[in-house]
Formats: sequence, structure tokens, C-alpha cells
Amino acid sequence: MFGKLNWSAIPIDQPIPMIASGVVALVILGVLAWVVLAGHLPYLWREWITSVDHKRIGVMYTLLAMVMLLRGFSDALMMRSQQAVAFQSQGYLPPEHYNQIFSAHGTIMIFFVAMPFVIGLMNLVVPLQLGVRDVAFPTLNSVGFWLTATGALLVNISLVVGEFARTGWLPYPPLSGLTYSPGVGVDYYLWALQISGVGTLVAGINLVTTVLKLRTRGMTYLRMPMFCWTTLASSLLIVAAFPILTATLAMLILDRYFGFHFFTNEAGGNVMMFMNLIWAWGHPEVYILVLPAFGIFSEVVSTFSGKPLFGYRSMVLATMAICVISFMVWLHHFFTMGAGPYVNAIFGIASMIIAVPTGVKIYNWLFTMYGGRVRFDTPMLWAIGFMVTFILGGLTGVLVAVPPADFLLHNSLFLVAHFHNVIIGGVLFGAFAGYAYWFPKAFGFRLHEGLGKAAFWCWLIGFYVAFMPLYALGFLGMTRRMQHYDVPEWRPWLLIAGVGAVIILIGIIFQIMQLTVSIHRREELRDRTGDPWDGRSLEWATASPPPVFNFAIPPDVTGEDAYWSLKAHAKQQGLEKRELDYKDIEMPRNSPTGFVCAFFATIMGFALIWHIWWMVAAGVIGAFATFVAFAWRDHDEYVIAAKEVARIDRANIEERRALTSLAGA
Amino acid sequence: MADTTLAYAQADPHRLRGIAHAAVAHAGPAPKRIVTGFGFWIFLLSDIVMFSCFFATYAVLVDQTAGGPKGAELFDLRRVAVETVFLLLSSFTCGLANIAADIRNRFWFQVGMAATCVLGLAFLYLEAREFADLVARGAGPTRSAFLTAFFSLVGCHGLHVSAGILWLLTMMAQVVAKGFRADIGRRIMCFALFWHALDIIWVAVFSVVYLLGSKP
Repeated sequence: MFGKLNWSAIPIDQPIPMIASGVVALVILGVLAWVVLAGHLPYLWREWITSVDHKRIGVMYTLLAMVMLLRGFSDALMMRSQQAVAFQSQGYLPPEHYNQIFSAHGTIMIFFVAMPFVIGLMNLVVPLQLGVRDVAFPTLNSVGFWLTATGALLVNISLVVGEFARTGWLPYPPLSGLTYSPGVGVDYYLWALQISGVGTLVAGINLVTTVLKLRTRGMTYLRMPMFCWTTLASSLLIVAAFPILTATLAMLILDRYFGFHFFTNEAGGNVMMFMNLIWAWGHPEVYILVLPAFGIFSEVVSTFSGKPLFGYRSMVLATMAICVISFMVWLHHFFTMGAGPYVNAIFGIASMIIAVPTGVKIYNWLFTMYGGRVRFDTPMLWAIGFMVTFILGGLTGVLVAVPPADFLLHNSLFLVAHFHNVIIGGVLFGAFAGYAYWFPKAFGFRLHEGLGKAAFWCWLIGFYVAFMPLYALGFLGMTRRMQHYDVPEWRPWLLIAGVGAVIILIGIIFQIMQLTVSIHRREELRDRTGDPWDGRSLEWATASPPPVFNFAIPPDVTGEDAYWSLKAHAKQQGLEKRELDYKDIEMPRNSPTGFVCAFFATIMGFALIWHIWWMVAAGVIGAFATFVAFAWRDHDEYVIAAKEVARIDRANIEERRALTSLAGA
Repeated sequence: MADTTLAYAQADPHRLRGIAHAAVAHAGPAPKRIVTGFGFWIFLLSDIVMFSCFFATYAVLVDQTAGGPKGAELFDLRRVAVETVFLLLSSFTCGLANIAADIRNRFWFQVGMAATCVLGLAFLYLEAREFADLVARGAGPTRSAFLTAFFSLVGCHGLHVSAGILWLLTMMAQVVAKGFRADIGRRIMCFALFWHALDIIWVAVFSVVYLLGSKP
């Protein structure tokens, strides 16, 4: 009846997961009870869960990322404390549990923190920057988000019911094959990623189509803000790379479920094929994450330097060059596999070449700051912290791109230090910069500046204290993923790294405080102009938070830095007083399709993991029925009357005018 | 002469003439039909990337027969030829249905879609027969890495065709219930793109797997 599922799946004898999941369950139940008792459920259902508004979906993606960041970071704290105490002893985490923790940490941080964070920001901002009312496929956008949430949910269910993979964040066979991983851990990993991967693909298709087909009048390619370019590049990479992940994981699923021989050691299977396939996705994935961060920094650096981006066209070229070259370097993840000197040399050189366009970008940001009137608000601090940190990570990257050096450093903590250096220093700092930069746009009030700066300094210092020792440990020969060790020389470095993790923890506490304090003081932090940072692109041309239709009248773009020239124009002519010609606006109706579909996907995923075949069928039929029901509706749009549009827009214009005249006086 | 050349060069330094002007003038968001079709093309490209992974693994594993049968001993080219004819014909009838939808002729639309469905089912039946025969002969997907790759690649295409038939039936029902509404018209267009793309992939399967594999 229930496949492999029975009561022994719940680890009652292990206190750590039981207490952790108990606390999480209490928090979830508490929040649910509060939502229901306070009568917020109808509001949440109407305005958020069923919303197809790109801004709402963007916010939900970001929220998911931040919640999962807490989970992934708890794993990191456990690893750091385990390695701090496990000198010539077993520490407090048994090996099978420790292995699950590092696997879950990597999986969560990449797929359910970094990905939703950047996709959330792209969703929120790109349609606004392009001057349009929504993404190309609003309902699919909602489906994509909820499928991502399904994946995150499945990973967290594995904490209580069964186990998670013990294979690392990429399940290399034969370890991940049925022989060596007979449990459900790898299956949790596979189905969580397959389902959320569909969501990511949908988001990628949506954003490519939005950027290429939905720009407002006059928004030619070379007038798009840099963030739109990097979104385009990153989404193109999603479209080209994620199907590889889907195919590869499908093959592993076939091996595990039906005894196929893609990656087995018997019957001619080829284990090395897995490494090639997974990294043919995995390396572009790195750039899927970091390119949007580059875009955020471009926006932030240019805004807070009060200058147009230096070398805009070279930046575009560099972005697209990275987009292409990122597919030609995957083999550097396994130089030691024995592909031979010529192959290794070619991929080593390609890996060094890809550092060139990244270097171009760094110089462009520096020259943008040069001669500018730089304001050191929180987003700009993240950007500067990024530049310093990322250069270091890039340099160690070029070092491991040299095959002979890589032979020494492969699988050591040097590598761990390198990729945390680029992912924390690049992607995460970028996401935090974007969070601080666009938060007022999404909610209409700014984040508390002092606490934001405190969080930044804790993160920056904590990062260096936590990860510089890992470089040293790599040179001292310590390999990654060690549950305990006997080398006394390693101990002090691991203790320092543990201190670094605590400093980052303080930074995260500051961030939580920042959010709560800002919500409490939202009236004094209110952004009434819609343009709190003196911005340059179109998202600042509308109110904060923007009305559901974004722009009452689609903006007409005449040059780069569209909003900046609009502002300059308005100052010259005095604020325009002429009556605008408002029209009725058609907007897509909200739809529960995404949520219901994800509900069935969750059931299906869980049933597949536990081999409950009737439940799989129920899930598939339910999901298909949901889509048919969606296709059957008669009204997929509603109309906002011109009068209502005019009312909302005039109120916004009045407020802005009042504030500008106040500033003028 | 030199003067005019110079003046011309200054006004249009890259000699783009009309092209430069076209690049500066962007008319705004594309109509919905274009947006939908374009988005679906992007999806098809991603699907083709996925197929290319299965093609690549097939190419890697094709000689790994683990002492089991090779392709030349297993493939029945005549059956595959009939399968191919069915699928290519179904693409033709699908095109006819699409034209009927364009001129809003319900009868011929349903006829075209029904013919596509029957041809698709015939294709699937032959493929299922082939798979069943192979398994009965002890040449199932678990026999060797070559057969694993073969069943996965061909089966993946077959799964796509099955999903396509489910979609096709849904579209027929929608047209019966709702007629040629604009959004249904866009879905019909996407379905046609999907069906033709499956054809293209089948041509590749036919060439790479069956034709190359039949060499003794």
C-alpha cells in the first residue's frame, strides 16, 4: 500500500533531526495558526498564492531563498562545529549524518537559495526595467515558482521521513547507484531536483521571451539596462543547460529504478559519462548564478556613482562572451579523471580565457566609480565588498585552472575555499545588494541602513575568517568532506574557520533584525517618490510599490539610462503638467493553477521516492487535470478601467510633484 | 567626390543606412501570437538539447554490448520504415489540421487531428511491438549499456509522442467545446510546432540509431 514507507523511516532515535524538524514544524504550525486565526488566509490566497503578478512572484522566490538560506546555513554551522571538535575523536555527528549534512548544504544553497534568489530578483525587476506590464507567460511563471517550492519542500521532508543523499551535492555514481546507496536519500535528491528543474526551465523560457519580445517602445537591445542583458544571458544558459541536468538525472533514475546501465560498472555502463554530463550543466550553472549578480552590481555601481555605466558595450560583449564560453570549460572539474594532457590543456586554457571578460567587467565597474560622486549606501558596500572578494576568488580559480596545480589541489579544501569565495563573494553578495537596492521598490519603504551596514561588515569579515583558513588547509593537504581527522596542524585553522562561521551568523542575525526593524518603522522609512536612490533605469519611474499594471502609460524610451534622461528632461522643462491620455488596461487574472499543480507534483514526487505507485498515478492525473481545467477557463484577463488607472497614476504624480517642490524649496 | 563621401561617412559611419535606423526604432511589445510562438520555440530548443544528451550517451554506449546482441542483429528496418512513414504522414495531416484551424473550418480540423492521432497511435503501436519483441528475445534495456541507451533514446521520443497525443485529444475537445478562440488558436499553433519537432527528432533517431546501427 505504501511502498517502501513505514514507521522506521522516521529517525526517532536521532535527536538532532528530530529536534530540528520539531522546531521547524512548530514554527510552520504557529505561522499557519496565526494566518488562519487572524483571518489573513483569504488575503494570502487571493493576493499571493494565486498571484500571477511578476512582482509578487519575485518576492515569493526571494522569500523562499531567504528561508532556505537559514536551513543551508544551519548545516554549515553544524559542519564547522563538527570539524572544530572532531580532532582525534568522532565529534558529535555520526558519519552517515555528517554526509547527509554536507550534501544537503550544497544542494540547498545552490538550488534553493542562490537560484530562487536570482530568479526572484530577475522576475521582480526585469519587466519594470523593460517598461512592460508583466512577463511573457504570467501563469507559467507562477507554476515555475511553485514547482521550485515543491523541490525545497521535498528536501526538507527528507529531514523527518527517511534520509537525504550522502553523496555530496552532485551524486556521482557508482556511489549514488543502487548498490552503494540503497536508501531513499538519493531518490529525494533526484526528484526534488527534477521537479524544481522544470520550474527553473519555465522561468528561463519566460525571461528569454520577455527580454526578446516584450520591450517597451524604443527600448532597443543596446538601450537595455545591464541587468536585463545579464538576465538574458543567464536565462539563455538556463534554457540550454537545464535540459542536460534533467536528462542526466533521468538516466540516474533509470539506473536506480529499473536497473539500466548508463552509469553502472557492469554491462558496459560508463561512470565517467556522468561527470561529463553533469558538469556540462554544472559549469554553465555557475554562470547562471553569477551573471545576474554582475548585472545587479552594474546597476548599483552606476546608480551610487551617479554616472552611466563605463564601457556599456564592452560589458554587453563580455556578458555574451561568458554566456558562450561557459559551455566550453566543463572538463576542468575533473582534470584528474585522466582525459590526457592535450584535452586537459585545452580546457585549462579555455578556463583561463573565461576570466578575461570577467576582468573586463571589474575594470568597467572601477572606471564607473572613478570620477563619480560615490555614495556608500548598503547596496554599494556589498558591491565594493564583492569586487575585492571576487577578484581573490577569480585568481584562485585561474590557479586551479592550471591542470598540474589542479592535480595537487583537487578535492582539497582549497577548492572548497575557491568556490565559496566566488559564490558567496559573487552571487550572495550580489543577491544581498539587489535585495537592499530593490527592497524599497517592492514594498515602498527602505531597509534600515545602520543594521544593513552592520550585517555587511559581519558577512565580509566573517567570510574572510571562515574561508581563508580553508585555503591554508588545502595547502596542508586536508581533503573536503572529512568527518574527523588526526592531523594536529589542521586544528587551529579549523577553529578559526569556526569563528568565521559564527561571525557570519551574527551577520545573519543583523539581517533578520534589519527586516523586522524596517517593517516596524516602515512609516519613517517610506519611499514616496518611487526613486529613493536617484536611479537611472525605468523601474524607478513608477511608484513604490508599483501598481499592478506597473506603468499607467507604457514609457517611450529614447536613449540609454531611460529614466535618467527622463528626469533631466523634466527638470529642464519643469515637471510636465499636460494631461495624459489614459487607456483601459488588460491584466492577466490570478490563477491557482501553479499552486494546485505543485500540490500534485509534491504528491507525485513523494510517491516516486517511496515507490507508492498508485499515488504516483494520482499525482500525474491531478496535474494533468489542473492544466486542462486551466485551459478551459473563459476569461483569462480582466480590465482596469482608464478612470481607475488615471486615479492611481495622478495620485502618484501629485505625491512626486509635492516632494520635488519641497526639495526645490 | 571626396567631400560627398566624407559627409556620407559622418552621417552613417558604419554605412548601415536603413539597418541602423531600424535598430534604433523599436516598436514595443510583440503581439501575443508572436510571443507565444517564440516562447514555445525556446521550449522546443531546450527539449532538443535534452534529446541531444540521449543521442550523445547513445553514441558513447553503442559499442558496449556486454557480449549481448548488436543493433544489426536486432533492428527490423522494414518495421522502422513503416513507423517512419506513419509519423511523417501524421506531420502532414497535422499541417492540414493547422490550415483548417487558420480558416476556422471545424470539420476539417477535426478530421486532420483525428488522422494525426490515428497515425501517431499506429506509430506507437509498432514501437511498443518492437520493444516487446526485444524484451521477449532477452534484449531488454537491462541487458547491456547499448540497449539501455537504445531504449532510453527511442523511448524518450515515444514518451513525447504519447504526451503529444494526450495534448492532441485535449485540443480536439477544446475546439468542440469552445471553438477557435484566440488562445486556443495559439495552443493549436504550439501543438503543431511540437508535433513537427518530434518528426525532426525521429528523422535523427532513424538515421543515427537504425540506419547507422544496421551496418553489419
